[in-house]
Amino acid sequence: MKERKKGPLLAVGMLVVTALGASPAWADKATDEIAKYREMIADGNPSELVAAQGEDLWKKKRGPKNASLEQCDLGLGPGVIKGAYAQMPRYFKDTGKVQDLETRLMTCMQSLQGIEPKEVINAQWLKGERETMAALVAYVVTESNGAKIKVDLRHPEMKKMYDLGKMAFYYRSGPMDFSCTTCHGDTGKRIRLQDLPDLRKQEGAAAGWGSWPAYRVSNGQFWTMQHRLNDCYRQQRTAEPIYGSDVTIALSVYLAGTANGGTMLTPGLKR
Amino acid sequence: MKKITLAMGLFCAFPAAWAANDALYADFKAMMDSSFQSNGIAAKHRMYQLDFQKACSGEKDPPKKEMQAIEAAQLKTIRYPADGKYLGDWKEGEKIAISGRGLTWTDKTRFDNGGGCYNCHQLSHHEISYGTIGPSLLEYGKVRGSSDEIIKYTWGKIYNAKAYNACSNMPRNGDAEILTEQQMKHLMAYLFDPASPVNKK
Repeated sequence: MKERKKGPLLAVGMLVVTALGASPAWADKATDEIAKYREMIADGNPSELVAAQGEDLWKKKRGPKNASLEQCDLGLGPGVIKGAYAQMPRYFKDTGKVQDLETRLMTCMQSLQGIEPKEVINAQWLKGERETMAALVAYVVTESNGAKIKVDLRHPEMKKMYDLGKMAFYYRSGPMDFSCTTCHGDTGKRIRLQDLPDLRKQEGAAAGWGSWPAYRVSNGQFWTMQHRLNDCYRQQRTAEPIYGSDVTIALSVYLAGTANGGTMLTPGLKR
Repeated sequence: MKKITLAMGLFCAFPAAWAANDALYADFKAMMDSSFQSNGIAAKHRMYQLDFQKACSGEKDPPKKEMQAIEAAQLKTIRYPADGKYLGDWKEGEKIAISGRGLTWTDKTRFDNGGGCYNCHQLSHHEISYGTIGPSLLEYGKVRGSSDEIIKYTWGKIYNAKAYNACSNMPRNGDAEILTEQQMKHLMAYLFDPASPVNKK
């Protein structure tokens, strides 16, 4: 895995050097080059390795109950993974809650394997049970690649989470007065050279929601949606959202619901 | 008489709608309260909104009158340099404009912050990695000159952008103690000094 990272990282380094040496008029060209580079390595998305680990972990007997996750119900019936992520978050009758993929997997780990949610919630990113979670996520979302985003908002709890998520999206706070809309509330903007999807609109939400979770070339890490949202809030300069907390679910419902009709291109590949 | 009945009917209809929104808003507040935790310098109280932050958290900006009231209140927060000197060293200013660091839960101290200017603005002739959330400030001083009026306005804008546009995306660099007075002076020089690459090709 380490050996494999070197290639793309070196290529990115060269791109940055090229970009810095260019004149201002070349700014758009530089973003084009990054897009081109993404296409180049799309065939060998390093997420495949993480997803393969996830598949092993899905089938492996683990935890106090020494069981696999093969009977986990992600909404389409026990053990059905194909297309399941494209319809999440969703309301689950058995827990009486709206759950995203990660909180649902925590439910399965607890009920099937006896692994307590706090093992994931209290872990560091990409360590311990949260590393396991990332691998499982990579596996599940790969099985929704190319599927239509189809989140059912009809249940009253889903409708409510959508409304709460929208309120959270516009909520300004903290020392920099930022909200999600500061960066994602307008069309055609970018931060530095990074293009920003307008997440209020179907097209932008589909591009954003539909390309996460993703492998990040810049740090060689696979990031889940919980990880992505956590870092958005870090850069908003707010306090830290608790892993799997309601605000993360509500925002996910708002984003996925707005993205409905788009296509999942997961796992994504990011700078 | 009929008109009055209709008006009464409408009047009575509103509180019901408000009650529904109030219930949702109460749930929203409870959700925000239970979903965040302090981490390092990013304490939980950051989730509690200032009045103008709340007013600017809708899909649309608040009515003009409310915007003007916010702007008037924010204008009063601006502190101009006591020594009357507005311009520092543009080279230091460039470093501050480029740095986007500070105030996150991975930062050790809440001081020592960057201005993050390039995240949103084009500034100099040679830096191509700039954002477009804010307007281009290329040749800022060259285009605008350096009258007392423009100098004072620019200082105020950096210190507290909400004094000029209540719901501006731009942070209150002075008022929220993101940058020091000295750092803001360096940024001013970056914008106004004829030798600064903002103005000189």
